[in-house]
Amino acid sequence: MNHAYDVSHLLAGLMLVASFALLYQDRIFAVLNIFAAQAILLAMAVGWEAWTQQRPHLFITAALALCLKGIVIPVALHKMIVRLGVHRDVEQVVGVGKTLLLGLALTSLSLMLVLKITAAAESFTREGLALALAIILLGMLMMITRRNAVTQIVGFMSLENGLILAATGARGMPLVVEVSVAFSVLIALFVFAVFVFRIRERFDSVDVEALENVRGDTK
Amino acid sequence: MTGVDFSAAPQLAGLLAAILLYGVAAGFAAIFHRRRGALATVYPVCIAAAAMAAVADLAELIADTSTGFRLPLGLPIIGLYVRLDALSAFFGLIVNVGVLTAAIYGVGLDRNRDLTARVEPFFPAFAVAMNLVLLAGDAFGFLFSWELMSLTSWVLVVSRHKDADSRHAGHVYLVMAAIGTASLLFAFGGLAGAAGNYAFDAIRAAPPGPIVSGLVLAGTIFGAGSKAGIAPLHAWLPLAHPAAPSHVSALMSGVMTKVAIYGLIRIVFDLLGTPVWWWALPFLLLGAVTAVLGLLYAVLDGDLKRVLAYSTVENIGIIFVGLGLALAFKASGLAAAAAVAMAATLLHCLNHSWFKSLLFLGAGAVLHATGRRDFGGLGGLIHRMPVTAALWLVGAMSISALPPFNGFVSEWLLFQAVLAGPAFPEPVLRFMSPAVGAMLALAAALAAACFVRAFGIVYLGRPRSSAAAEAHETARPQQVAMALLAGLCLLGGLFGGVTVSAIQPLLQMLAGAPLPAAGTGPTPFSLIAFDAARSIYDAPTIALFLLISGTLTALLVHRISSRRTRLGPAWDCGFPEPSPLTQYSASSFSQPLRRVYGTTLFGASEIIDMPQPGDSRPARLTVRLQDYLWELLYAAPAAAVIGLSERLNTLQFLTIRRYLMLVFSALIVLLLIAAVWF
Repeated sequence: MNHAYDVSHLLAGLMLVASFALLYQDRIFAVLNIFAAQAILLAMAVGWEAWTQQRPHLFITAALALCLKGIVIPVALHKMIVRLGVHRDVEQVVGVGKTLLLGLALTSLSLMLVLKITAAAESFTREGLALALAIILLGMLMMITRRNAVTQIVGFMSLENGLILAATGARGMPLVVEVSVAFSVLIALFVFAVFVFRIRERFDSVDVEALENVRGDTK
Repeated sequence: MTGVDFSAAPQLAGLLAAILLYGVAAGFAAIFHRRRGALATVYPVCIAAAAMAAVADLAELIADTSTGFRLPLGLPIIGLYVRLDALSAFFGLIVNVGVLTAAIYGVGLDRNRDLTARVEPFFPAFAVAMNLVLLAGDAFGFLFSWELMSLTSWVLVVSRHKDADSRHAGHVYLVMAAIGTASLLFAFGGLAGAAGNYAFDAIRAAPPGPIVSGLVLAGTIFGAGSKAGIAPLHAWLPLAHPAAPSHVSALMSGVMTKVAIYGLIRIVFDLLGTPVWWWALPFLLLGAVTAVLGLLYAVLDGDLKRVLAYSTVENIGIIFVGLGLALAFKASGLAAAAAVAMAATLLHCLNHSWFKSLLFLGAGAVLHATGRRDFGGLGGLIHRMPVTAALWLVGAMSISALPPFNGFVSEWLLFQAVLAGPAFPEPVLRFMSPAVGAMLALAAALAAACFVRAFGIVYLGRPRSSAAAEAHETARPQQVAMALLAGLCLLGGLFGGVTVSAIQPLLQMLAGAPLPAAGTGPTPFSLIAFDAARSIYDAPTIALFLLISGTLTALLVHRISSRRTRLGPAWDCGFPEPSPLTQYSASSFSQPLRRVYGTTLFGASEIIDMPQPGDSRPARLTVRLQDYLWELLYAAPAAAVIGLSERLNTLQFLTIRRYLMLVFSALIVLLLIAAVWF
């Protein structure tokens, strides 16, 4: 069974690499491609879990991840960008170098934390959990270091990938929860999309800084 | 209420019935607050309930049967316990006698002038809350009734809410009450410990460790001390007590502060386990400072009811010193001395509730008759309100600790305890007890000065305003209420020995021993602190001596001098001047004290505006006082809180990305803490 762990660690590690790539990448279509790749990796990781742990319902999760996040969401975002004619490059608030350094710090923090806290648990859960936490933190980092609404959506979805990875590592997550999480992500996509279209309609830009000028009666 | 056998506990049953009756009166007054005829029944019902409760408390105090049960109410796991023991009964007696006299006073209130519809529903509710605090057998019930007590009394304080001063007083009171209760909440949390059993019986069985005990002590002194009025947490008393209607002022000042002392005694002497000697230090220090400071405030103030509130602060200081001495003696294994100090404390609680209620009711009568409570507008009332004046004089003599009245009994016992100070094994306490004694002596002298001033300015001399000149004697029920209290002051003074015998079981419970030599004196009424040879106070004998010598002196004076009564102009250094403003005034009386103490403590400064010869404008003397405590401990933190919240206000106007960043950094900080901590 040892190689089962190796493979799942490999897949989770690749997802983390994808998260770093998301942080590094400054062209919007490339961001979408990497996100799709991360979702496919997630589907493979979940599928591998389902296979090795004989938990067939995890296949449904894997299929959901593959279809929704690997295909539907990237394609939808892609079409949205084309239709809106958004700038194709991502404006960053913090420089790439600094962002990557921060990402490294967050990864080491999550490794330190999880490995230390779960010293008594079995090994896959520990390392898988550490990697998943790192992916979550990097997703959040992406959300706050980008000004473009589309990349904020991608950051959020990537964060959610980390959550699902962590959840499949933890034994006994009911299918209902996973399905509802998947659908809530889809709904979140719709909300974001409508939101982005409205922003675009009003301001000719999807830069969230533009929103600051319309907060009505404040200051 | 399953499993409660009330026939075995008639006192508890009586008390609960009385509380129910108070509650009925409160609800009735709330429902029919528009109908005067209905409101008129509230105070008589309160009198009945208070009498019933007082009898039940007295019976429990004598019988000393500790009873309690669990009510099927309250929070699911914690439950709600009711408990009646001698300590609760002793303070219950204070509460219900206070309510009784205040309600008798309330019967005589002028229904057209005194805003009763806003007072009457809350007066019985206030009584309910105070009784419930005493009956609570667990932390939840205690804190709940404590808050109820704060809120009902707050409503009474702001009953004249159109007056900006009343609103300010209510605001300060509410803030202090909230902080105090929060502090008590932490204290009870510490007492319950990790197991979280909030019933008093469970806490008593497993007292906390030394560090937690210290924290609980600090929280209790802060929480209960702020309610009682210990300096520097006293600032709300002189604002809130005078703002309430006078019979409520009497309750708040005379009775509610004692309920706070009850909370302190319950926690520190009953629940907190074996005392350690240093627990006494905060009590002694705060008490001594409070006693002197409270009276300095009182002696410099020019408002009758505020002077009384400041004097309450002083008396709380005395009670704190008594508690501190009792704790120190108990911790040092000197049980007899601890019993003396504890007896002094308890008696002073009882006595102060009587004479302070009396003085506030008298102040209320003066306020009602003249519409004024500033010394500058009063004077000469002894001719217009002779009954009030005589009764108020009894109160003033009692509070100044003059024999044969009751104030002397408790202060004499307290000084006996101070004199036992050299027996302390701890050098700190050995040095501290005489210092504290000196402060107490200073406070006693200042108290006498304060009440000579108050009585002299209000009742003697010539009226300083037309309102005072046209004053009328107060109504009969109010006279009865004051006479009742004055009688108690005298009886308490004469029969202090009997009172002490009645609280012997209580002393055994709190101090670890009863008074050693009680009841062994030459007469059944003599009060003996340690032994008959060196510390004995035989009040009836001394009263008899005072009576005989006073009568003889009066007879002699009349025999030697002319018997004819002549009416002449008031003597003012030989130049009869018609204006009453030429009289000695309240601020003239306090000027020497102000110059001695006020210059450093209150930053007192006098500005003299003397016109040049030929200039016809009057000369002026302006006195400026600063309340450093208020500025430092109240105004400054309030300004800091407001400044900080204004600065934090910008957090409401951040960008989306910044909000996300805040959430993210909070998460990272928590994760870092988790990574370092675990």
